[in-house]
Amino acid sequence: MNDLNIYLTVGAILFSLGLYGVITRRNGVAVLMGVELILNSANVNFVAFARFGGMNLSGHIFAMFVIILAAAEAAVALAIIINLYNKFGTVNVDDARSLKQ
Amino acid sequence: MFIPELILVGSMLLGIFADLFYDRKHSFRVGHWIIGGLVVAALALYLTPASESITLFMGTIVADPFARMFKYIFLLTTTIVILMSLRTDELKTVRTGEYYLLIAAITLGMFLMASSVDLIMIYLSIEVVSIVSFILAGYLKTQVRSTEASLKYVIYGAFSSGIMLYGFSLLFGLTGTTKLFEIRESLAALDGGTLTLTVATIMIMAGFGYKISAVPFHFWTPDVYEGAPTPITAFLSVGPKAAGFALLIRVFNTLFTGTDALTASVWQSLEGLPWQEVMAALAAITMTLGNVLAIQQSNVKRLLAYSSIAHAGYILMGIPVLSQSGIYAVMFYVVVYLFMQLGAFFVVITIKNKFGTEEIEEYGGIGFKSPYLGVIMAIFLFSLTGLPPTAGFIGKFYLFSAVIDAKMYWLAIVGALNSVIALYYYMRIVKMMYLQGEREDELYMPSKFQSILLAVLAVPTIIFGVYWTPIADWIRNSLVFFLP
Repeated sequence: MNDLNIYLTVGAILFSLGLYGVITRRNGVAVLMGVELILNSANVNFVAFARFGGMNLSGHIFAMFVIILAAAEAAVALAIIINLYNKFGTVNVDDARSLKQ
Repeated sequence: MFIPELILVGSMLLGIFADLFYDRKHSFRVGHWIIGGLVVAALALYLTPASESITLFMGTIVADPFARMFKYIFLLTTTIVILMSLRTDELKTVRTGEYYLLIAAITLGMFLMASSVDLIMIYLSIEVVSIVSFILAGYLKTQVRSTEASLKYVIYGAFSSGIMLYGFSLLFGLTGTTKLFEIRESLAALDGGTLTLTVATIMIMAGFGYKISAVPFHFWTPDVYEGAPTPITAFLSVGPKAAGFALLIRVFNTLFTGTDALTASVWQSLEGLPWQEVMAALAAITMTLGNVLAIQQSNVKRLLAYSSIAHAGYILMGIPVLSQSGIYAVMFYVVVYLFMQLGAFFVVITIKNKFGTEEIEEYGGIGFKSPYLGVIMAIFLFSLTGLPPTAGFIGKFYLFSAVIDAKMYWLAIVGALNSVIALYYYMRIVKMMYLQGEREDELYMPSKFQSILLAVLAVPTIIFGVYWTPIADWIRNSLVFFLP
């Protein structure tokens, strides 16, 4: 079971790094990278649980779905960030504040 | 059965094909195709046996009366939103063929949200709705504020669904399955691991809270609602929110309760997991913050955004009471909320088309310049406040009585105080329309199409405040969940 703990620790570290990245980074692309880290930390968990917990294949299947959806999400998010660059001339998410009151 | 969903997919494909033959000026006709598809889907839904309660696709989604009712709500919402989109000036400058296709895609996602009973399917359906909403929020890509809205939406959305996913992975590790009903059995037999379960529950709540824009996951709401095209704002504040509540009811009442959940009239929550209290507190904070922040808004879309946060708080009251009457109240409120919220946004669109403003300060005298719009807007605002004899009052009445039945008196008091705050800022708009500005000789009457659509939304808002038996019966018959 020690093996599982190693994988879970890696997952938790990835999650924390992702959280840290989303909160501290101001560059839109870097924020997205943080989100990807969070998604992949969940993937590590799913696969590790399925492999070492003696469970069925649903963990692997879940991870596959997450990878596909992460790709779709990244495609849309990058398109939006490109559009942001065209409008604001920067990819810094803090500069987009025309709606703040 | 899955036929209504298949019809939706079919009409989307047909729409893509039809869009090839329209030039930019006529691409709005795709909207007509989609409306046709929605009507056929509604018909197919009507023709499936009403008491049907089965699982599909290896037990990942269910077709039961509860999901069926929400599917009707989604079809109605989408149809109205498409009709609104056909009449707004905002979308005149862009090609709108794929706009209508994307709305149909969200509808499919919401269908799946209301019926999924498997963690994979739940994540998939939430993402289908979210990713398409990001695009729609930024649809007017030449406008700065639309771009900004979609940016904020995509960052908050991706972030909170990531957190929810991590919660799912913990839940999967604790129980070893992704099927809700099997998870419930393992959780009931779970020995230890309460801390992990609590963390997982909070993380899952983050994802759902984002969908229904509950505090503290609401930060995207005002900016997205203000920046997105107004029909999309109306859509996001009703459709995905209702879907979020359907999912919330199904997931929390299946996972974190005893085995008698959803069949008995009152049930127990899982021992050692205080999610009821947390959710009641979230409801109280959500409505208070939404209402208090709405007071100082000057843009009417932003005001309605905060008010929709407050309404999410009201509706959320019905879930932690853990009783049939609580779920009944939630469903009733979602139905009446659909009419009044979409109606208020359609008045905003009509006023923007004619008078070119979204600022409350500039609403002065609209009650005189256009008596029809003024009266209709007043009806919707009275209903949103929850004054009798409107449907909003009956909805609130059911919610409050469910809360009082569960002996959560403090929550009922917070809710009542909030209704008073809400009265202030809704009436500010009415005051603007009627007590300020100048009279004009020339009265403005919206086009025939707009007047009829407004009436279609306003009449139920009044009627259901006086005679709500049909809805009450309908919901009572829909309170049947698939249980293995």
